[in-house]
Amino acid sequence: MNIQGENKTQNRIYSLLPLWIVVGIFMIGPLLVMAVVSLMESNVYGGVHFKFSLSGYRQILFDTNLFDEIEFNPAYLIIIGRSFMLALVATFISLLIGFPAAYFISRQSNRVKNILIFLVTIPFWTNLLIRTFAWIIILGKGGVIESSFNFFGLLDEESSLNLMYTNSAILIGLVYSYLPLMVLPIYASMEKMDLRLLEAATDLYSNRIELIRKIILPLSMPGIIGGSILVFVPCLGAFIAPDLLGGGKKLLLGSLIQFQFSYARNWPFGAAMAMFLLALVILVLIFNARLNRKHREYASQK
Amino acid sequence: MKGKLLKILVSISFLFFGTSVFAAGKLNLYNWADYTPEDLIEKFEKETGISVTVDTYDSNETLLAKLQAGGGSTGYDLAVPSQHFVEIMIKEGLIEKVDGIKDMSNYKYVAEQFQGPSFDPNQDYSTPWQMGSASWAYRADSYSGNGSSMMEFFRPSDEVCGKVAVFKSPEEVVNMAHLALGSNFCSEDPNEMQAVMDLLIEQKKCVAVYSSEGINERLMSGEVIMHAHWDGYSQVGKWEGVDDLTYAYPKEGVVGWFDSLVMPKGAKNVEEAKAFMNFVMHPENMAMLSNFAAYANAIPESSKYLSDDMKNATNIQVPDGIPVKFGQACNKESQALIDKVWTKLMQ
Repeated sequence: MNIQGENKTQNRIYSLLPLWIVVGIFMIGPLLVMAVVSLMESNVYGGVHFKFSLSGYRQILFDTNLFDEIEFNPAYLIIIGRSFMLALVATFISLLIGFPAAYFISRQSNRVKNILIFLVTIPFWTNLLIRTFAWIIILGKGGVIESSFNFFGLLDEESSLNLMYTNSAILIGLVYSYLPLMVLPIYASMEKMDLRLLEAATDLYSNRIELIRKIILPLSMPGIIGGSILVFVPCLGAFIAPDLLGGGKKLLLGSLIQFQFSYARNWPFGAAMAMFLLALVILVLIFNARLNRKHREYASQK
Repeated sequence: MKGKLLKILVSISFLFFGTSVFAAGKLNLYNWADYTPEDLIEKFEKETGISVTVDTYDSNETLLAKLQAGGGSTGYDLAVPSQHFVEIMIKEGLIEKVDGIKDMSNYKYVAEQFQGPSFDPNQDYSTPWQMGSASWAYRADSYSGNGSSMMEFFRPSDEVCGKVAVFKSPEEVVNMAHLALGSNFCSEDPNEMQAVMDLLIEQKKCVAVYSSEGINERLMSGEVIMHAHWDGYSQVGKWEGVDDLTYAYPKEGVVGWFDSLVMPKGAKNVEEAKAFMNFVMHPENMAMLSNFAAYANAIPESSKYLSDDMKNATNIQVPDGIPVKFGQACNKESQALIDKVWTKLMQ
C-alpha cells in the first residue's frame, strides 16, 4: 500500500513535468521579462536602459504636466476605471443572456443538446479580429441592420442610426465575443443538476420564481462564477472591440498598454501597466476563490 | 546599450528563422508590405543576374525594433525607412555608410532639391525610393469647403461635424496641428504643445473615429466625409470608385515623408545592394515603383514612363506654393510632450 502510494506521488510529479515546462517557458518566463522591464529606465527610441527605476510605476499615479511640475494625474486611473466598468457591464449582460440560454440547452434531449452546444462553439472557429470586422459590416452605415430598416420603410435612405463608434457598439462586440465562455460553464453545472430536486420542489408547491431562486441559481453558482471570471478578465484587457467598434476615441487598459509599446516607445511604463492589470486580475481571482469557498460551506450546511 | 536579454532572445529566434544567404549574387531586401512591384524585381534579376529575396514589415517602428534587436546580424542588405527613421538609425549606428552614392551612374537623375536631403546631408547612407504626404481628404460632393486651410480639418463646420476621422497614432496628427497653428514640429515649448492639445480636444467633439485602417472604405460608405489621409492612398481610393475623393493641400502645408533605401549594419552583399540602389534611381525603374504604389518620387524624368492613370492622379500632385514639411525625429523631451498630449486627448 505504502509503496503504491509513493509511486502515485512520483507519477504525479513526473506526469505534470511537461505542463510545468510549458507553463514555465511560455508563461512565467515572459512574465519575468515583463517584471524586469517594468523596473528599468526607458530609452527614447524603444527598448530599455539597464538601470533600476520605479518611474514606470510612479507614472501610473503621478506625472509631470506640460510645464514639468509634478502633479497627481488621474488620467490613467480614469482609463482603468472605464475599463473596469465596461468589463463589468459586459459580464452582466453576458450573464443575463447566458443563464437562460444555458438552462434552455440543459433541458433538451441529448441529441438536441449536443447540436446546440456545438452551435455555441462555432464562433471560435473564426479569428476574433475577423468576427469583430464582421460587426462593422452589420452595424455600420448602410450595413445589414440599417439596410433592413430601410427595406421595411422604418428609416429613410439619408438618415443613419449611428450605431457604430459608440459604447453600445463596444459592448455588443465584447458580449458577442465572450458569451460562449459564459454559456458553457453554466451549462456544465446545470447539466449535473438533479432534476428530481425540481420535481420535489414543484410537488411541494414552489412556484417558478422560487424554483429558480432557491434551487437552480444556487446549484449553478459555480458555473456562474466561473463564467463571469472567464468573461470579465479578457474584457478588462480587450482592445480589438474598443478600437474597431468604439472608434478608439477613449483609451482602455489594453489599448493604453499597446500604445506604450508601439508609438510612445515607453516600454517600462507599458510593462508596469501590464503588471498592474495582472495584479487586478489576481485580486478578482482571490475574490472568486472566497466566493467559491463560501458557496461550498453553504452547500455542505444543507 | 540596448537590452542584452532582448538581443539574446531575438538571436535565438533567428537561429530558427534566419535564412540569410551570404553567397555573392544574392540580395535580401526588407521592405514595407505592398511596396515592391514584382516586375521591377524580375527586371533587376534579368539585368544583373542577382537573385532577390523580399521580406516585409508593417511600420517604421517594426523595422527599427528588428534592427536594434538584431545587432548587425539581421541578414538584410537593404531596408526602406522613412526620413526621420533614417536619422534615428544613423544616430543609433544601425545602418552602414555606403561609399560613392554620389558617383553612381543614375544619381544624376535625382532632383536637385532631393540631393543631400536634411536627414542625410552628404548622401552617405541613403538613396531615394518613394515620397508622399499626410494631410486630409474629403468627399467633395458632400462638403462645401475647398480644403484650402488646415483649420477646416481641426475646426470642422457644422456640415461635417461628427463625420470626421483622424489617424490613430499621434505622429502625423500632432504635426498637422503644428502646421495649422504655425508652430514647429517636435516643439519642446509647453505653451505651443498646450495649444496643440487644446486644438485636438476641440476637434474631438466632431470626430467619429480615430483609425488608420480601412480609410477608403469608411469614406466610400459615407460614414465619414473628412478623413486624415495619405496622398497616394487617397488616389488609390479614387481609382477604386470614390470619384469625388479629394486630397486637401491646405495653404499651411502638408506633412511630408520620404522613404529611402539604406543598408543595415552587417549587410553581407554590399556590391549587390549598391547595384540595386543605382538600378532604382533610373527613371524607367522609378516609374515602375510609382505606377505600382501611386506615390510620387524624386526622379523628375520618371514622368516619361508613368502610366496614364498616374499622370492624371490629381491627389498626388502638390500645387505650386504649398509647402511640404518633412517629419523629424523628435528628442526625448518633445516625444514625452507628444505622449502627454495624446494621453490627455484619449483619457
